[in-house]
Amino acid sequence: MSARRAVESGVPELEPYLHPLLKKNYGSWKWHDRPRPGVLHHVAHSGDEVWTVRAGTQRQLDVYTVRALCDIGDRYADGYMRFTARSNVEFMVANEAQVAPLIEALGKGGFPVGGTGNSISMISHTQGWLHCDIPATDASGVVKALMDELHEEFIHERMPNKLRISTSCCEINCGGQADIAINIQHTKPPRINHDLVGNVCERPTVVARCPVAAIRPALVNGKPSLEIDERKCMCCGACYPPCPPMMINDPENSRIAIWVGGKHSNARSKPSFHKLVMANLPNNPPRWPEVAAAVKGIIRAYQGDAHDWERMGEWIERIGWPRFFTLTGLPFTKFHVDNWRGSRGSLNASTHLRF
Amino acid sequence: MTDEKKMPKTPMLDQLETGPWPSFVSGLKRLAKDETKPYSPMMKDLLGQLELSYETRKGYWKGGTVGVIGYGGGVIPRFSEVAEQFPESSEFHTLRIMPPAGMHYTTDVLRKMCDVWEEFGSGLIALHGQSGDIMFQGCSTKNVQPAFDAFNDMGFDMGGAGPALRTSMSCVGHARCEHSCYDEPRAHRTIINEFLDEMHRPAMPYKFKFKFSGCPNDCTNSIQRSDFAVIGMWRDAMKVDQKEVQAFVAEKGRSYVIDNIITRCPTQSLRLSDDDTLEVDNRNCVRCMHCINVMTKALAPGDDRGVSVLLGGKRTLKVGDLMGTVIIPFLPLKTDEDYAHLVDISRRTMEFFMDNALEHERTGEMIERIGLGNVMAGIGLPLDPNMVSHPRTNPYVRMDQWDEAVAEYEEGRKSNAKSNGDQGAKS
Repeated sequence: MSARRAVESGVPELEPYLHPLLKKNYGSWKWHDRPRPGVLHHVAHSGDEVWTVRAGTQRQLDVYTVRALCDIGDRYADGYMRFTARSNVEFMVANEAQVAPLIEALGKGGFPVGGTGNSISMISHTQGWLHCDIPATDASGVVKALMDELHEEFIHERMPNKLRISTSCCEINCGGQADIAINIQHTKPPRINHDLVGNVCERPTVVARCPVAAIRPALVNGKPSLEIDERKCMCCGACYPPCPPMMINDPENSRIAIWVGGKHSNARSKPSFHKLVMANLPNNPPRWPEVAAAVKGIIRAYQGDAHDWERMGEWIERIGWPRFFTLTGLPFTKFHVDNWRGSRGSLNASTHLRF
Repeated sequence: MTDEKKMPKTPMLDQLETGPWPSFVSGLKRLAKDETKPYSPMMKDLLGQLELSYETRKGYWKGGTVGVIGYGGGVIPRFSEVAEQFPESSEFHTLRIMPPAGMHYTTDVLRKMCDVWEEFGSGLIALHGQSGDIMFQGCSTKNVQPAFDAFNDMGFDMGGAGPALRTSMSCVGHARCEHSCYDEPRAHRTIINEFLDEMHRPAMPYKFKFKFSGCPNDCTNSIQRSDFAVIGMWRDAMKVDQKEVQAFVAEKGRSYVIDNIITRCPTQSLRLSDDDTLEVDNRNCVRCMHCINVMTKALAPGDDRGVSVLLGGKRTLKVGDLMGTVIIPFLPLKTDEDYAHLVDISRRTMEFFMDNALEHERTGEMIERIGLGNVMAGIGLPLDPNMVSHPRTNPYVRMDQWDEAVAEYEEGRKSNAKSNGDQGAKS
C-alpha cells in the first residue's frame, strides 16, 4: 500500500457533472409545471425547456442497480442524472419526446416514477441494523415495508399538499422533522453491564451526556461503574452512544412512536416540529404491520379532511387537536401533554375551544 | 475465494423482496450471489448478520478507529459484535465521500465509482446519507486506504464525521429552479472548501453543519437540519406578470384563486382585483413562497436577491430538537465581495462556537445556554427585530447598560447600511 497523502480537494466542481442544458441556463430559469406525476417541465428565460423524470430508489443501492440506472441514463437521458435529498433519482432530457421512453425504461427497471408535487415522496431515513452502532430497529426495512404500502401515493399526486415521512431508529431522530415521523421510543431505563463500564466508558462524559442528570458514578461489586436514578430517567438512550454497556436497546421494550405535523418549508405557516400522536407500537420486523396500519390511518384522515395546500400540521391547526384525535381514532393520554422545558407554551392559555 | 460459502437462510429478509417498491434486500442478495466478485463472501455474512438482527431485534455493530493517512475523520468504523458467526463481514466500514453540490452525476463517474467499490468494497452504496454524503458502505480495514485513494484520484474527497465540520448539502437551485435566489452550489463549495481543515481534522466541541437552500421552501431542510442555514431571500417587490395572473384565474376560476392563493397568504398581503389582476402588499409579504409555488408562471421572487442566515438547528439529543433562528435577515449574495463576506461571517461563527460551546454541545444549545444577544456580540453581528418572534415578556433582566446598548444598536444600523447598500437602513 502506498503512503499516499490525500489531495484535499473538497467539494468537487459541479460543471463536469451538470447536464449541458442545465449548465447553459444556470441561474436563469423562468417557470415550471408538472405535466404528470413524476415529471417536471422547466422553462428557461432563453426559451430552452428541460423535462425531468423522477423515480424512487431503495437508497441502499448495489452496484448492479447503480449500473442499471446508468444504462437508463446513457440510453434515454444524455448520460446525466442527479439525486434528490430523499434519494429519488432524476433524469433530465431536452425533448418532450424522450420522456415516455424514459418512463417506460424506469418502469421496466422496477423504479416507480413519481414523488413530485402533492404526493408522498420517498421516506427520509437512517441506517438501522444494516450499519448503525446504536439502532433499536431497522431503517431500510421499515421504509421498504411502508413504501410498498404507500406506493400508490408516490406515483399519484392526490394528497392535499406534499406529505413527507421520516423514520429514526433511535431517539436522536436522525430522520428529522416530518409530516409523519416514525421513531423509536425506549420505554425502560438502560440495563447496565457493570463488568464493562469501567474499561469501556469515560464516566464523566456519560454523566454529562444525560439530559436529566439521572446518571452518577458508583462502585458496583468493587468496580468503578455508573448507576441510574430510575425515577429521573426518561429512557432517551443518550448515554448509550458514549457507553455501550448502558444497554438501552431492548427487543421488547424499545417501541415505536408516531409524530405528526413537522415541516421545514416556510410556505404559508412557519416551520414546525412534529408532535406525538401515538406510541407503544411494537417493533415488529420484517414488515412492521402495526406501524403501517397506524400511518395509513393518519394519512386517510388527512387526505379526507384537509383543504388543498394544507400540510399535515396546518390541517390540524385549523381543525384542532380534539378533532384530529376523533378523526384518527387515536387515544389522547397524559403522555401527549408535554412536561419538558418550555412546555407550558404548548398548553392552551385561552378559551379558544372546540366541541 | 471461498467457493464453499453458502447463501445464508434469510426467511425474514426474504419477505422484503416482494411489493412494488425497489428492494434493498434483492440488491444485497445480488452482491452476495455474484461468486466472481471479491465481496460475495462478505455480503453473504452481512445478510446473515442482518437476518439475525431481524430475528432478535438487536443491532450488532460497534465503532472503533479506522482512517486514512492525513485525515482524522470521514470513515465510519464498524466492527461486528457477532464476528465469530459472520467472520467475512466482521469489518464493514463506511467511507463518506462528498458529491458535487446538488448531487449531479454523469453516468461515467458513477460507473467508475462502482468499479472502485467493486474492487475494494462491498458493492453497496447509499445515495445519499442524511448529511449529503455518498456513503460507500462495507469496507475492510485494509481496503479503506486504497479505496479512498482511488476516489481521491477521481477528484473526490472525504466528508465529515465526528466533532467536525460536516459534509454539506444544497438544493438543485440555480441548476434547475426558477425560485433560486443565489448561486447555491457556489456558496456551498466556497464555504466548505474554505474550511476543509475543520472537516478532516476534527477539533470542534461537536458537529457543525451548513446547508444551502435557494429559497424559503428550504428543500434541503436546512432550518432544522443544520447549524448554519443559508436560505435564499429577496428584499424588493416580488415579480408579477399580470397577464399570466389573468390567464391563471381564467383557467382555474376565481374561487380556486381566492381559496388557494389569496386567503392562504399568511399576512393577508394579496388581493384579487376586479380585473383579475393581483395586488401585492410587498411591505407585509413575509416571502413564504406559497403564492409563487402555486402560480409558477405568473409570480417570481424580486431582483434584489441574497440570503437569510439562521443559526442553531439540530436534532433531538441533548435538549430536544431545535429550529435555527435568524442571525442575518438579509445579506446580498451576488458579487465576489458578497461571497467573501459570507465566508467571513461563517468563519467568525465557527470560531465563536469552537471557543464557547461545551463539549458535545451544538450551536442551538449554546444559544439557549448563553443567550442570542451574547452570541451576536461575540460573532460581531448587529441585532435586528427580525431575530425574535416578539421581545422579552418578563422583567427579569438587569438593564443598567441600556444607553450603551442603544448606542450599539445605532452603530449596527449604520454599518449594516454601509455593507448592504442604502436600502436596509431606510425601511
